[in-house]
Amino acid sequence: MKVAITSRGLDPQDPVDPRFGRATVFVVFDTETGEHTPLENSGGMDAAHGAGIQAARRVQEAGVSAVVTGHCGPNAFRALSAAGIDVIVGAQGTVAETFARYQAGDLQPVAAPDVEGHGL
Amino acid sequence: MPDASTARGAAPAASGAGATPVKPRRDWRIAVASGKGGTGKTTVAVNLALSSRGPVQLLDCDVEAPNARLFLSLTDVRRNAVTIPIPEVDQTRCTACGQCGEICAYNAIVAMGAPPIVFPRLCHGCGGCMRICPRHAIREVPREIGAVAVAGNGHLRFVEGELTIGEAMAPPVIRAVWSELAPGTPAIIDAPPGTTCPTIEAVRGSDVVALVTEPTPFGLHDLELAVAMVRALGLPHGVIVNRMGIGDDRIQRYCEREGVAVLAEIADDRSIAEAYARGIPLVTAQPQYAARFHELRARLEELAAQGTQHAQGGAGGDGCDAQEVS
Repeated sequence: MKVAITSRGLDPQDPVDPRFGRATVFVVFDTETGEHTPLENSGGMDAAHGAGIQAARRVQEAGVSAVVTGHCGPNAFRALSAAGIDVIVGAQGTVAETFARYQAGDLQPVAAPDVEGHGL
Repeated sequence: MPDASTARGAAPAASGAGATPVKPRRDWRIAVASGKGGTGKTTVAVNLALSSRGPVQLLDCDVEAPNARLFLSLTDVRRNAVTIPIPEVDQTRCTACGQCGEICAYNAIVAMGAPPIVFPRLCHGCGGCMRICPRHAIREVPREIGAVAVAGNGHLRFVEGELTIGEAMAPPVIRAVWSELAPGTPAIIDAPPGTTCPTIEAVRGSDVVALVTEPTPFGLHDLELAVAMVRALGLPHGVIVNRMGIGDDRIQRYCEREGVAVLAEIADDRSIAEAYARGIPLVTAQPQYAARFHELRARLEELAAQGTQHAQGGAGGDGCDAQEVS
């Protein structure tokens, strides 16, 4: 399956981006092969409103089953949940370190958004 | 007073229009706006209305914080909800094709799976998703975002819009206030401060805009933004300088440079602030001001009439008249 980790850059050595909706990039890992591909978050970064929703669509279109990030707001959480995508928050360090923790089973999905939205 | 047509310079008249005088109108719509907040819009709007010698209506379009009513004793208050239409999806008809989400410019409806999910606070009520749905599975349901109240006070008809706390979309409520405008009666519109969508929605239907400012760097900075706004909208406008004496003459110098009329100057007078703080209209506390507001209204209506003449004469332009400061 595929898991998307929000990232500040294209490389797994880059730090995790604590935001989901306006994350710079999603690094999408294949959990079976360990291979990774960057996915630009063009819609989410530029959207005036509903960035979290656009970002959710982006990762869904990429066939992702789980998202790992710093924080997830209410609109993004609702959109991801509707698509059956697990949401994991509280990620820190580099993207590579976070993926390792995910593979080790140390990261658990949450049942609700962990932060307020930005406005609407 | 220079003749309006020569002051604007040569401009080809539309055929047949020439210099035909405009029949005097009785129902000019005067908007009171500002760049900077707290300059005295509500004071000017309320007192323009109360000093009227005939029927008049006052529209409070500052829907995020309407307070004109605090100066008025109102009777027969009628209140109606303001709603915007948001989509509701019939799950039995939906095939999750996702076209509704594709057309939505606001991410208010997304097909993450069947059925699509709606984010009501993001919806602008454009109706696009309903029209595009190939299965006709989406219908409109109203979502309440505010209210409009209509009331009377003798010869004054009062309309107020109020946006519900926490809501983000003022323009639909402002449009609802304007929809209560009674034809044939002059109207004063108390606009929200600033130059954003709500202010534009409040002033765009008016015949002339009075821009209230104060003689300070803040007042001038924000006035320049407000003048840019009314020029972009093609609306005749003039400036009212409130709290004369707290600053300098930079507003008047700016107006002279830019050819914007200074319509009135109100002194920085503590007694005005005291009446305001007690919710007493200025023309009630100091009746001698009624004549000054009456004169201000006449100057605004004159600007409005000139603006209409220019529009009919084909001159168009930015609607701004050069006038001598008297």
